[in-house]
Amino acid sequence: MRYLPHTDEEIAAMLQKAGAMDLDDLFSGIPEDCRRGRDLDLPEPFTEWELNQHMAVLSGKMAVSPEYKIFLGAGSYEHYIPEVIKQLLARSEFYTAYTPYQPEISQGTLQAIYEYQTLTTRLLGLDVANASLYDGASGLAEALLMAIRITGRKKVAVAGSIHPFYRKVVQTYLAPTGCEIVEIPYLANGKTDLTRLPDLADLAGIAVQSPNFFGCIEDLDLIGREIHSDPKTLFVVTFTEPLAYGILKNPGSLGADIACGEGQSFGIPQSFGGPGLGMFAAKKRFMRNMPGRLVGKTKDENGNRGFVLTLATREQHIRREKATSNICSNQGLCATAAAMYMAALGRTGLRELARLNHDKAEYLKNQLQQAGFTIPFDTPTFNEFVVKFPAGFETTHKKLLAKKIVAGLDLSLYYPELIDHYLLSVTETSSKEDMDALIKEIQA
Amino acid sequence: MKAMTGTRGLVLNEPFLWEQGARGRTCFSMPRRDVDPCPLKDELVGQGPDFPDLSEVDLVRHYTRLSTWNFGVDTGMYPLGSCTMKYNPKINEKMASLPGFAGAHPLLPAELCQGVLKLMYDLEKYLAEITGLPAVTLQPAAGAHGELTGMLIFHAFFKARNQQRSKILIPDTAHGTNPASAALCGFKSIPVASNDQGVLAPEEVAELMDEETAGIMITNPNTLGLFEDNIKKIAGIVHAKGGLVYADGANMNAIMGIVDMSKSGVDILHLNLHKTFATPHGGGGPGSGPVCVTKNLEKFLPVPRVIHQNGDYTLTYDCPESIGKLHAFYGNFGVQIKAYSYILSMGAELKKASQLAVLNANYIKEELKSVFHLPYDRACMHECVFTDKFQKPYKVTTLDIAKRLMDYGFHPPTIYFPLVVHGALMIEPTETESKTSIDLFIAALKAIAKEARESPELLHEAPRNPKMRRLDETIAARKPCLAG
Repeated sequence: MRYLPHTDEEIAAMLQKAGAMDLDDLFSGIPEDCRRGRDLDLPEPFTEWELNQHMAVLSGKMAVSPEYKIFLGAGSYEHYIPEVIKQLLARSEFYTAYTPYQPEISQGTLQAIYEYQTLTTRLLGLDVANASLYDGASGLAEALLMAIRITGRKKVAVAGSIHPFYRKVVQTYLAPTGCEIVEIPYLANGKTDLTRLPDLADLAGIAVQSPNFFGCIEDLDLIGREIHSDPKTLFVVTFTEPLAYGILKNPGSLGADIACGEGQSFGIPQSFGGPGLGMFAAKKRFMRNMPGRLVGKTKDENGNRGFVLTLATREQHIRREKATSNICSNQGLCATAAAMYMAALGRTGLRELARLNHDKAEYLKNQLQQAGFTIPFDTPTFNEFVVKFPAGFETTHKKLLAKKIVAGLDLSLYYPELIDHYLLSVTETSSKEDMDALIKEIQA
Repeated sequence: MKAMTGTRGLVLNEPFLWEQGARGRTCFSMPRRDVDPCPLKDELVGQGPDFPDLSEVDLVRHYTRLSTWNFGVDTGMYPLGSCTMKYNPKINEKMASLPGFAGAHPLLPAELCQGVLKLMYDLEKYLAEITGLPAVTLQPAAGAHGELTGMLIFHAFFKARNQQRSKILIPDTAHGTNPASAALCGFKSIPVASNDQGVLAPEEVAELMDEETAGIMITNPNTLGLFEDNIKKIAGIVHAKGGLVYADGANMNAIMGIVDMSKSGVDILHLNLHKTFATPHGGGGPGSGPVCVTKNLEKFLPVPRVIHQNGDYTLTYDCPESIGKLHAFYGNFGVQIKAYSYILSMGAELKKASQLAVLNANYIKEELKSVFHLPYDRACMHECVFTDKFQKPYKVTTLDIAKRLMDYGFHPPTIYFPLVVHGALMIEPTETESKTSIDLFIAALKAIAKEARESPELLHEAPRNPKMRRLDETIAARKPCLAG
């Protein structure tokens, strides 16, 4: 086996030094009643060539672009990834390193993460960002736990227009804490209105997504001002599509105390939902309550600029049960990819790409409207939106699958009241031709 | 002695991204605009983030230079204890990047994603076979996320019995994340001291275990690199009081094909695919922390579950007693692909991997115990723990030894952990290091022990070869600067 370098002679010599008769003898301290009764029942080892073939068959059974035209977003977006990012991430000095516990020989990772933190604060308009969390959903759960820690209050509110899976993750994380979760219903225009929240008092935090699950851009400014009528309550803004902030006002400038969400759009393949990137930023005064790793700037003995993991006293290995989170490994390489992507686009490119996403989505939205379909939520959107199709569209949706078109996501699975409502996403990867074909096939 | 690999070379400085570039440069091939502009309302539009505009060459040079400041497994031996820094096979990287996997949308209808569902289903099956625990979830995104999953299952298990238990036993040789994971689920951790042999004594557990205690979180092999040989008895004690046994499987690399976790009395176990199953750690993730449980606890696993019926694979959310969801989708699938490829490449030779990992650690232990203090002088598993006791007279510490190892071309071991040992040096060589590289590592440590006696300043001033000298962590924490 090419990953096991030992020759028989070497094994014999090493066994002798270790004082063992054979390899089994090394395990003589393990009691009989803990041992397997039989050998591992796994497939015969594949050669590299067999593995290539086997995986080609499995991956060949997948419906992916460009063969399929997939108008699905809902928290995972198809964006072009520049080849430079793939090539640079493949530098194995980056990807075969561990968490940078030894800073003198980890400066590459550390500066890359420091730059990621910096670009993230600039994107979201906040003061400090961490080195990443697992994904957008667990990031939102951590944000609400953080609000609970800061305020000492035991109740949070989440908008019903937040991604349903994110709300589910929040429920899971909060279940053992005994904290109450209030859900804020969405309005007929697809947006959130705090006047629909029965009681604003005693809330640790209120979470709103923008653009929300329906693609609608929320009135964060207004919501923020209402939330801050109670100065203790934290305003948490979450997102699934960070590209939107290439053009939209950022959460920090609209009053967010914490902004957190999914960064997959920034140079990370969709990979069936993971690995993604939990982006997380907050106002400076909450820095010491933040979960996750932080990279900070410092100097070495010669006075040269360098970086280290810092504020570790918040963390599990020092504070144990009093830690701000239990997170250890995060999504370091994905954060590096996101920093590369933000840098590859730059301010100019990010803005142009965001405009292109918006304009293409508007094109499809208008074409659908002209074709007689309803756009139920009369609110500006970014690169996804909801369409109401005639009753029985389910059959058409199925028929389109056979034509290699995935015409959005059936929202009734998550919102039973939204029968025949579909969420469609359009990014820079959808051409006008693809969109025209979609309209044509829907009408056929 | 063969020449050490550590040396100096040309290292280039590199400014921050935002200190470079010029407005109007670009590194992105902008897709064609084939629709008309359709401006957003002014009140929604912001100024856009203050990012630098760089060229493609700017970006390539930047990250290439940064990468040269890093030490990875591909650079050299990385004996970081309890982190299992084994070689990350290249073919697995290619497998994860196949367009059918990398381009898969997580909400595709089941009939359009049979390939990934089959992969996940089979990977669960293989992990069940390797651990002996029959039901598996791949959803947790890292080891600590797996621990949280396990603790949520503890919580749900007692809730289903209308019980609320407030405490959990955590040995002093467990991983550092364990108490934090337990605290997230409201369990107060009760420390359990290991005995003079470095393992848990059943009497100690019996003394502490009661019906207010949810169970025990036990790392096996433990962080001293020792197999908890009383595990079965301990599990019996915990079970007799209605508790559950959680095993932290971060050290599974020692016992694949040898130990059956279910027979050992374990109810819940997490694995670290980025340790035992050779997926790269990425300089801090993404990892993957699948959780394996007994048949009794299967109903609590997170949703969705992959099921196989009538030849088709589907995802089901129909699990009323499930703890819920820990990740927006199905965890770090891209990492799961690499572990699956590794398992298929190794097959039953995984046992050999464990045997050689244990052989390497015992060999190092025997070679070095004359020059470094070995607090528990007994056969170890995949890692061995030394201390700086012999170097104390020369005012040389574990930190100095670790930093000096860099000059010789090695990544240092895990240091000052586990806490039960003062000044610990925790060495985990893994099976992918050959005798040649292990002998060189031993020679380096012997040379360092000699330097400690004869010229300790070499250690105090180490490292000298890397780009940076020792960094000031105190200032970093006292006056945090987290963004430029």
